Amino acid sequence: MKHLIYIIIMAGVTYLTRMLPMVIFKKKIESTFIKSFLYYIPYAVLGAMTFPAILSSTSSVYSAIAGAAVAIILALKEKSLITVAISASLTVYIVELILF
Amino acid sequence: MDSIQPGYKDGIKDGIPIALGYLSVSFTFGIMAVNAGLPVWLTVLISMTNLTSAGQFSGVGTIISGAPYIEMALTQLVINLRYSLMSLSLSQKLDKSFTNRQRLILSFGVTDEIFAVASQKSNEINIKYMYGLITLPYWGWAIGTLIGAVAGSILPESLSSALNIAIYGMFIAIIVPPARKSRPVLGVILLSVAISFLFKYMPYLNNLSGGLAIIICAIVASSLGAILSPVKEET
Repeated sequence: MKHLIYIIIMAGVTYLTRMLPMVIFKKKIESTFIKSFLYYIPYAVLGAMTFPAILSSTSSVYSAIAGAAVAIILALKEKSLITVAISASLTVYIVELILF
Repeated sequence: MDSIQPGYKDGIKDGIPIALGYLSVSFTFGIMAVNAGLPVWLTVLISMTNLTSAGQFSGVGTIISGAPYIEMALTQLVINLRYSLMSLSLSQKLDKSFTNRQRLILSFGVTDEIFAVASQKSNEINIKYMYGLITLPYWGWAIGTLIGAVAGSILPESLSSALNIAIYGMFIAIIVPPARKSRPVLGVILLSVAISFLFKYMPYLNNLSGGLAIIICAIVASSLGAILSPVKEET
């Protein structure tokens, strides 16, 4: 039951972020600050969500560091999301095979 | 580009690549959520009612940690705030035939990728095209989640450990290329990450729950970014 309440809140808030501007705002936002703030938000959120959480996402901090390093290198080369994600996973798998 | 009004079929066609991408990401989500302890049906229900990647991944973390409901609302709000800007931008592109009810339905399908494809259209967008565009990604997201959730419960430990890093790999793939091209974006990310490390390892600060920490990191870093390096008008 508690899980369902969480999901209702989650879905409700997510929907509101999409629905309210679509229905309420008919004119463009003029505030440069708010536009800029919203522009930076995804990067800041994803950065904070990834680090340091990524370091404890696997069975060993060493495999996590190796996986993160591979992901960053491939991302710098602008590989696709799928390629980066799968390569990071493969790296973790291989490093853990060697470690354990 | 397209001079004829795009219809439902055009929407379906444009939705195929998005749906394929969603299959694999939602597959990872299904695995992760079930590994974290959620039942399969709840995991699929999350995907069918939320249709968002970062929000769902963090939402599962919030559920598992048993955080207060208000924290769920706040994290989801901050993580998904970007949709507000996309909806806003998209609302300027809808043709006049859109009813309020159709706006309410369409809002549900505003994702990063659907927004990206829809906003590339040179003409105004009609409701048939948008329904078509959303259809396959929606089902790709739901079915990928189901497959991942079912397969996830039979995966060996070594494989699930490896797959756990996949979502972070995807986040890295999203933030690194823009960070390389834009110093302000790089600065915002580094600041946010630095604060995030503080919240994890500093005494006292690390008592704060992860969700609230992310909110603070994001708001501080993005505000500073917006003050020091406002985004220039585009048109």
